[in-house]
Amino acid sequence: MSDKNKNVASTGNTVGKVTSAGGPGFGNKREEGLSGKVLLKVDGLKVSYGGIEAVRGISFDVPEGEIVTLIGANGAGKSSTLRAIVGLEKAAGGTITFNGAELTSMGTEQIVKNGITLVPEGRRVFVNLSVYENLRMGAYLRKDDLSADLEWVYSLFPRLKERHWQAAGTLSGGEQQMLAIARALMSRPQMIMMDEPSLGLAPIIVQEVFDIIREINRQGMTILLVEQNANMALKAADKGYVMETGRITLNGTGMELAENDEVKEAYLGKSHK
Amino acid sequence: MTKKTDSIFAIVLLAVAFALVALLDRVLPATGIIMTVLKKGCIYSLVAVSMNLLNGFTGLFSLGQAGFMLIGGYTYAILTIPPADRASVYQYFDGGIIQFAIPFWAGLIAAGLVAAFLAWLIGLPVLRLKSDYLAIATLGFAEIMRAIFQWDKLGPLTNGSNMLRKYPSFSTLMFPFAVAVICIGLIVLLINSSYGRAFKAIRDDEVAAEAMGINLAHHKRMSFCISSFFAGVGGALLAMFQTTIQAQAFKSNMTYEILLIVVIGGLGSVTGSVLATFLFYAASEWWLRFLDSPLTIGSFQVPLLRSGFRKVVFSVVIMAIVLFARQGIMGDHEFSIAGLMRLFRRKGKEASANE
Repeated sequence: MSDKNKNVASTGNTVGKVTSAGGPGFGNKREEGLSGKVLLKVDGLKVSYGGIEAVRGISFDVPEGEIVTLIGANGAGKSSTLRAIVGLEKAAGGTITFNGAELTSMGTEQIVKNGITLVPEGRRVFVNLSVYENLRMGAYLRKDDLSADLEWVYSLFPRLKERHWQAAGTLSGGEQQMLAIARALMSRPQMIMMDEPSLGLAPIIVQEVFDIIREINRQGMTILLVEQNANMALKAADKGYVMETGRITLNGTGMELAENDEVKEAYLGKSHK
Repeated sequence: MTKKTDSIFAIVLLAVAFALVALLDRVLPATGIIMTVLKKGCIYSLVAVSMNLLNGFTGLFSLGQAGFMLIGGYTYAILTIPPADRASVYQYFDGGIIQFAIPFWAGLIAAGLVAAFLAWLIGLPVLRLKSDYLAIATLGFAEIMRAIFQWDKLGPLTNGSNMLRKYPSFSTLMFPFAVAVICIGLIVLLINSSYGRAFKAIRDDEVAAEAMGINLAHHKRMSFCISSFFAGVGGALLAMFQTTIQAQAFKSNMTYEILLIVVIGGLGSVTGSVLATFLFYAASEWWLRFLDSPLTIGSFQVPLLRSGFRKVVFSVVIMAIVLFARQGIMGDHEFSIAGLMRLFRRKGKEASANE
């Protein structure tokens, strides 16, 4: 499958480009010393819903410590891919390897234990539980002491600390998205997957969410990001894949894709440039 | 701090309640209307809280409560009738097939265990259903149970459609009160544990809960079995209270009544369920009784007051509650002394601010 993918790599100097274009906190990422180790390897993944193939054999890699993004229109199969990786959907074919372990035969519980967490689309916080209880739920499978990690997520999201005992349903949309991310971090994953974190948020809040994503990544977290907001996603990502009707049609570094004419036309709005 | 004071208050409150119950047992006639209301209140509080655990805390809309009470009540009765009395109870079935009896406390536990076991069995297929479908399936299960327990072929075990009697029962209020306190206490401990939090997470958002690594099937089944266990114990208490038990009485009406109590008290509030149970039975058995008897003032016969009118008024009250106070008495909050004091303090502050 992957040989069909058009690689749009044109220049070798992509890392420099990305760093110069990155926002605050982005530039200090380890340019050298990237382990280059592939953390997640998806090979020929298929997902189907009652005969309809939503994902038709896609392959991509997520290297350790990087931000990788899947962009594409509605129904391209992005969310299905994430759901299959975390075991919420059974893969109809292909393999998913994480840290050397094969995930397709595992249940969600085991996959989460293996170090992958999903921040689901539409935030999906537990509205009647307090912020604190939501965070405790994120760490549900952990039996060890949580206080250090609570400190950590509260330092990342000071707003959540202020709203410690408030029911999550009373938070604003942006705060709920922060809580969803914080909750996922509480499982202390090796890789965090985010499904449309900018969905339904005001532009300024989207900016905040992406700042947080970059900050978490700077601290060493591997991130797989699914977005319709291609502009923001590609700016933040080290590597991007474009999905169309269940297939990966383009791939490249975030910057390359952002400047690619086809991508611009389809997702970024050509008239702007 | 508040948590500590809260639990101290709770202990004091419980001690006072126990003392009060002991006192009531001494001064009130054992079969008076107040005693009936209080005993029924204790028994149904337990059942209502067990239903709330499932419907209010785990978000599984199940209507099988009467079925599990039936199983619990029958298990208790079948296992505790003294062998000497079996010949007269099972007179049409040659004294039945069971010729031993276990002590009443073991019977209560067995009632819960058998109910929980059956819940586990039907939980395997039924819990894959969602919302209304789950309600229909569990309601159907309860009806099937009612039919099975009346089945003639099972007569040697269940006495067919004849009633079971002569098993040990209680006469004091203290007994159902103590059992209810212990059981509800266990449920509260469960709700406040990390399992309880997982139940609430499943209620709020199944997909997110699953993504957090919560095993949905396992947790739902656990909640279902535990809820059924306590419904079974409640059924056994009811059997003891009535001194006779007949499957005929465990109709879906009983489940609806309990569901009403849970809704009136507030889905997701244990104290709400308990409060609502006592209010419900006080109203239906006591305060609204006068509506059922014709009343003549002078030569004027007050219209509408006749047998059955109580149910009409009651239904209207319930409709009003469901329409205008959907949150119930407590919403999903719990009654606590500290909460009450906070409320007063806030009121006081507002008052002083207005001056």
